[in-house]
Amino acid sequence: MSTARPPFAIAALAAIAVAFFALPLAGLVYRVSWQTALSDLLTPEALDALRLSLVVSMAATVLGLLLGVPLAWFYARVIFPGRNVVRALTTLPMVLPPVVGGVALLAAFGRRGLAGEWLDAGFGLRIPFTTAATVMAATFVSMPFLVLTVEAGIRSVDRRYEEAARTLGASQWRIFRQVTLPLVAPSLFAGAVLCWARALGEFGATITFAGNLPGVTQTLPLAVYLAMETRPEVAILLSLVLLLVSLAVLVALRDRYLRLD
Amino acid sequence: MRALALACVVVLVSCGGASPTTANTGSVTVYAGSSLADAFKKAGEHLKVKDPRTDYVFNFGSSSTLATQITSGAPADVFASADDVNMQKLVDAKLNDGAPTFFVGNRLQIAVAAGNPKQIAGLADLARPGLILVLAGPTVPAGRYSLDALRKAGVNVRPASQEVDVRAVLNKVALGEADAGIVYVTDVKAAGTRVTGVEIPEQHQVIARYPIVVVKDSKKPRLARSYVEFLLSDEGQTLLAEFGFSRP
Repeated sequence: MSTARPPFAIAALAAIAVAFFALPLAGLVYRVSWQTALSDLLTPEALDALRLSLVVSMAATVLGLLLGVPLAWFYARVIFPGRNVVRALTTLPMVLPPVVGGVALLAAFGRRGLAGEWLDAGFGLRIPFTTAATVMAATFVSMPFLVLTVEAGIRSVDRRYEEAARTLGASQWRIFRQVTLPLVAPSLFAGAVLCWARALGEFGATITFAGNLPGVTQTLPLAVYLAMETRPEVAILLSLVLLLVSLAVLVALRDRYLRLD
Repeated sequence: MRALALACVVVLVSCGGASPTTANTGSVTVYAGSSLADAFKKAGEHLKVKDPRTDYVFNFGSSSTLATQITSGAPADVFASADDVNMQKLVDAKLNDGAPTFFVGNRLQIAVAAGNPKQIAGLADLARPGLILVLAGPTVPAGRYSLDALRKAGVNVRPASQEVDVRAVLNKVALGEADAGIVYVTDVKAAGTRVTGVEIPEQHQVIARYPIVVVKDSKKPRLARSYVEFLLSDEGQTLLAEFGFSRP
């Protein structure tokens, strides 16, 4: 790969772009009160939020894998009428403001929602204000990242491997499990990590659909937002934690799995 | 030379002529607790009719969020808080232009689904198992007042959520997601037929007093002051009373 000698104007504008993204991180580092950092991080509120965020984002990733991988396979391998419309529908949360996602989830799974009313009347199941609602909100906004990544992975698999397996008498299910999935392992991993990172940062849909209760639905981003009013030093520290985790994820991914260059 | 002098005079005159108008033209940005939303919008419309040159821009949210925004440098001209605590944050940061003035009072009420299907009679019923109760967060004025009222009544509750402002509490009840929430009398009134209000008896009641202040470094101090003066005037107080607010 050859490196172009960059024209000054392009280099200058690119440098401004980098500064625009780097300065907020530097600002956080600058504002952290390091003396109290450990005790701030060990407050029950912060620990509760951290624990809940880990549980919720992992659960959203597992759900994403369970439901998203089959969906990605369908998009990549099956031609069915309205595929583009369905795909647009399941990609929508990537571009939708998360708060709108939360309102839509309430309209569907709220106590008076389309499915929620029936769940309440039939099974006494009420989703809003529960950790389950937090997981649903996170899954709603994060699964599309996994689906798109895995779909691209499956599309790039040489179909001759699958056909060879078929001629040897393997069933479709066995081919999917033993040929396709191992071949797309890097995309699976990349998709799962992107999905997890998005779930970890979810705010708008969560506060709208799941509400805010420490230990039950108050994830890290909610804790950051609310701590900003009372204990800004805690908010800054938690923000830095979230930012560093996300940064680490992206750096690791780029090097090992996202072969963009 | 004469032409230049004439040009100068023309410029001076036109500036002199224009300055009284520009002083009254522009927009005033008012940051106010979410319970004030309907009343303040109405006050803005009312003043706009009187003087079409001034626009009123509102930012409604919990008083605690707004105080944080202003102390972080948000360009507000007026701040109206639902409690003294959050106004004090502004005063502590020396961001007030003059002393804050109490301009209205408010009372708490329990908001329940229209018609009160769960037959909630008072604060004690909010502890009923299985009842979905939402409160405003403990940093939000309405949330703190609610906890005060519950403490006075000796009731221990387990809220399902601590919402970001009092209007979010009201909406969770109006949408049917929550069975009950503690809000202001004015919120129940604003929700119309969507919710029913259940009175809180005098001995458990918490009276909210709302202070208002012009923010220091306001670009439109005169307009900001006249907005505050309007709210304090008889006319302004009558308008606020229509929304259920009491005198401070």
